[in-house]
Amino acid sequence: MTVIDLESYEDALATYDPVMGLEVHVELGTKTKMFCGCSTELKQDANSQTCPVCLGLPGALPVVNAIGVESAIKIGLALNCEIAEWCRFARKNYFYPDMPKNFQTSQYDEPIAYDGYLDVQLEDGEIFRVQIERAHMEEDTGKSTHVGGATGRIHGASHSLLDYNRAGIPLIEIVTKPIEGAGARAPEVAKAYVAELRELIKALGVSEARMEMGQMRCDVNLSLRPNGTEQFGTRSETKNVNSLRSVERAARFEIQRHAAVLNSGGTIIQETRHFHEEDGSTTAGRIKDNAEDYRYFPEPDLVPVAPAREWVEELRGGLPELPRLRRARLKEEWGVSEHDMQSILNAGAVDLIVATTEAGAPSDQARKWWMGELARNANETGRGLDELPVTPAQVARVAELVAAGDLNDKLARQVLDGVLAGEGDPDTVVEKRGLKVVSDEGALSTAVDEAIAGNAAIADKIRGGKVAAAGALVGAVMKATRGQADAARVRELILEKLGVEG
Amino acid sequence: MPGITREEVAHLARLARLELKGEELDHFAGQLDDIIGAVARVSEVADQDVPPTSHPLPLTNVMRADVVRPSLTPEQALSGAPAQEQQRFKVPQILGED
Repeated sequence: MTVIDLESYEDALATYDPVMGLEVHVELGTKTKMFCGCSTELKQDANSQTCPVCLGLPGALPVVNAIGVESAIKIGLALNCEIAEWCRFARKNYFYPDMPKNFQTSQYDEPIAYDGYLDVQLEDGEIFRVQIERAHMEEDTGKSTHVGGATGRIHGASHSLLDYNRAGIPLIEIVTKPIEGAGARAPEVAKAYVAELRELIKALGVSEARMEMGQMRCDVNLSLRPNGTEQFGTRSETKNVNSLRSVERAARFEIQRHAAVLNSGGTIIQETRHFHEEDGSTTAGRIKDNAEDYRYFPEPDLVPVAPAREWVEELRGGLPELPRLRRARLKEEWGVSEHDMQSILNAGAVDLIVATTEAGAPSDQARKWWMGELARNANETGRGLDELPVTPAQVARVAELVAAGDLNDKLARQVLDGVLAGEGDPDTVVEKRGLKVVSDEGALSTAVDEAIAGNAAIADKIRGGKVAAAGALVGAVMKATRGQADAARVRELILEKLGVEG
Repeated sequence: MPGITREEVAHLARLARLELKGEELDHFAGQLDDIIGAVARVSEVADQDVPPTSHPLPLTNVMRADVVRPSLTPEQALSGAPAQEQQRFKVPQILGED
């Protein structure tokens, strides 16, 4: 592997102004493919979800998926775009075995949505407006497995194996206009944009937009120009950057790499680059074909799409509250800081907390469990919060048991552990594990007496007025009851028995 | 007068993954030039009021409900494949990429 020279980030920004373009592909959550009725279900047997249309067999005729078009319009509207009154599909011709047709059905100069924007919020609360060039409809490609080369790479492979289950799954490609004026914050803007777009897509219900599953993928185009100049420099296109953190790292790396090349008197080659998760670097891919080499032409087998204005307005009327505005509202309702709200968003906990409050829990309790115990478990097991086998209703039930005094926090954590371990719902876990708070005053009283007898020196201190020392006795009682006592009640009992005012 | 040069034909042949000999390039360049010339006469007749036509039928919005239909079996899907392995289409080494 060749060593790539990098300029320090600060020095790069002292000389150059970054300009970015972000292309995001979203796999729609439709039941069927874009142009045929094959299922889009993931993880099925290889080549078990194909038909003459998506295999590109002669004579097969595609028909567009109505939900695919509807989803594209919803995305366009949510991005404040114009919706085309009339537009066509186009064939993008290229020879590569991931598309058996030898072309990808896409849209060229007539995208269904164009000229919009998305306001994104940066860490410090600043709003940055990202202009949207277009959002168009297309289809995903098949999945290749390269055989015979080192570590499954195409380089050195003897042959490749193709599974076309994914070929034809609806994609919406969303392209920004050049993002200028972000300066040193360009990588942060890139990350915030992709994050906001992902929230938007999820809120629209058109895709789960799971980046780790390739349902949302980002290409980062970046160029530098000397500070104070207008003309764009030559760009590189870093492909398939598939996490929010990676988007930020890729932009940062390319800024540093471009600056080093330019400072040494070199020129940037317009090429695609591959991003490497391990170290956040990029390496050269192929030299980019010119657009005309794709020989786009209108797809003769699909008739134009001309969305009726009434339909478009109906869809506009049904748009959900925008995620950024919804977060601002929830932040007010929950009384949390900007920073806390950002953490909740980053943890993917917004919807879960909302659902938990809707199931009856106070918002502070809902936040406490999702952002505490459950976030820790998700982290340790490498899962997303929404992948944990616990429902908002179950979390709300735990909060209810705590509020009623049936559980303390320690026991509540054990109940959640039990739920996560598949032992059943909270009440079942409480029952099976015997996790009720000891509320039997007789048993508690005995435990307190024993703790006092066993810690005479501490008891004397408390009698002498050192109330703070009671903590040690509370600890002893909690230990004796295996954590199943109400700590506040234990403390009351201790002070009462020792004749001290709390 | 629109036309096509020998260089453009060579470029198209490369994009189409066709290996053409020198005399074939000359031959096809001449033929393609004739065809383009013939088609170009349409542009001469069509005035501003005749929009370019990509579809002969005045149809729009032909859409399909998002309902799953049976797919081919993997055996059927692969029945026309020249080579297969692990229930997948087997293709030769891919060059010129990565």
